[in-house]
Amino acid sequence: MNGANQSSGSKTGTVKVKRGLAQMLKGGVIMDVVTPEQATIAQEAGAVAVMALERIPADIRTMGGVARMSDLSLVQRIMDAVTIPVMAKVRIGHFAEAQCLEALGVDFIDESEVLTPADDKYHVAKQKFSVPFVCGARDLGEALRRIVEGAAMIRSKGEAGSGNIVEAVRHMRAIRDSIGELSVAPEEELVARARDLGAPYELVKEVAKAKRLPVVLFCAGGVSTPADAALMMQLGAEGIFVGSGIFKAAAIVENGLPLYDENGFPKIDGSIALRYAKAIVDATTHFEDPKAVVAASQSLAGARPMHGLDLRQLPEGQLLASRGN
Amino acid sequence: MLAVQGDVEEHLRALERSGARATPVKTLAELEAVDALVVPGGESTTVIRLLERFGLTEPIRERVRAGMPFWGTCMGMIVAAHDVAGLEQQTLGVLDVTVRRNAFGRQISSAEVALDIPALGEKPFPAVFIRAPWIERAGPGVEVLASHAGHGVFVRQGNVVGTSFHPELTGDARVHRYFLDLVRAA
Repeated sequence: MNGANQSSGSKTGTVKVKRGLAQMLKGGVIMDVVTPEQATIAQEAGAVAVMALERIPADIRTMGGVARMSDLSLVQRIMDAVTIPVMAKVRIGHFAEAQCLEALGVDFIDESEVLTPADDKYHVAKQKFSVPFVCGARDLGEALRRIVEGAAMIRSKGEAGSGNIVEAVRHMRAIRDSIGELSVAPEEELVARARDLGAPYELVKEVAKAKRLPVVLFCAGGVSTPADAALMMQLGAEGIFVGSGIFKAAAIVENGLPLYDENGFPKIDGSIALRYAKAIVDATTHFEDPKAVVAASQSLAGARPMHGLDLRQLPEGQLLASRGN
Repeated sequence: MLAVQGDVEEHLRALERSGARATPVKTLAELEAVDALVVPGGESTTVIRLLERFGLTEPIRERVRAGMPFWGTCMGMIVAAHDVAGLEQQTLGVLDVTVRRNAFGRQISSAEVALDIPALGEKPFPAVFIRAPWIERAGPGVEVLASHAGHGVFVRQGNVVGTSFHPELTGDARVHRYFLDLVRAA
């Protein structure tokens, strides 16, 4: 946690290598997993990384309680099970959880609103870490504030575990539209716009000139079908996080209730999960080719997407996206 | 430019800046239309599976064996290799080397290094290594153009070039120009 370290002309933990790993994940799908078995399925399906967490967002939603960083021995077993990068979530502001994950050697940390926030005012000072962070954002101001704190990658917040894409669409459009406005704004407006965005002028100027964030932008929150993935890629996402979409669709249900194994993990049908995960990967790769998205969707034959939530009917307190600002 | 997954855009821009016409390749028809193929940085586990699923593995292997210039950066070098040390990973087998994945360690060991590459001149190259592989074994026809931590990180075997690092993430176009010279000579 010493930030950039230098020894004999070799520098680790630099902004370039942190943002660089996110660049290597572009065009790919990152899948939430709670067990090493799920991680293996995700890798087999073509995921570019897995996100280790204690419960998938849909289960966090139904079970309630405090959602924390995943059990570290489980994260270690997931790291041992796959060769792709392993990410893990920490609660907003919980820098000690982040220190643990860095010491364990995870490849990326998600400071996530999906877990119960540990600090209702401040996010983790991410620049101090050698491990890169990804953070959620609903709009450009939020994205830029996270980047100033040191985030090496941004994702839409969406509404995790809802199976409803509407929030992710709203956030992706908000970010892209604001970048579009900045890119044509006369220079004299940029100081005022920086103030309105709550972000430093230099960063706002950089975004206006490059017409993009200085870090990779993924979509997260509510992706549950191949067409959802294709939609978000066409709206400008550079890759996709799938949280509950895959393993919820593959959950084994009896009398309307999910079954659990002896370790307390939801039972899943591995072959449905694999097919589902492959279909999302295929649609993400070939997002601009509707025929490929059709083929991906048809490969699901029989598997049903997770049940979705109408967000307008959810009480304010159950919305995850409003956590952290 | 293989565009199945990875930092495609960064390579496309770097190639264009160096005077090449670069297009993304995701399908067989697009592969047939190019004179040379660059495979970017990304996740080798993922891309090898996707090439197989989309029916591109064999066509790429055939074209490279027939002389099409090929350059793999990081993931691309793993994809090209003969085999991967300690892993049962399918590869194209067009570059006679054994690579070791994440040879320097996980992400925490990713680094920027001032790398000596005599073939590119005296000035060290700003090499960016990200969860990078190194060359564990190089066959007799393989020329090692640069090494780091005692292992090859820039190799060439005829029409096939491999780098462990990411020249597309730096402003330095010397490796891109090196490859384009090879393409023009082919």
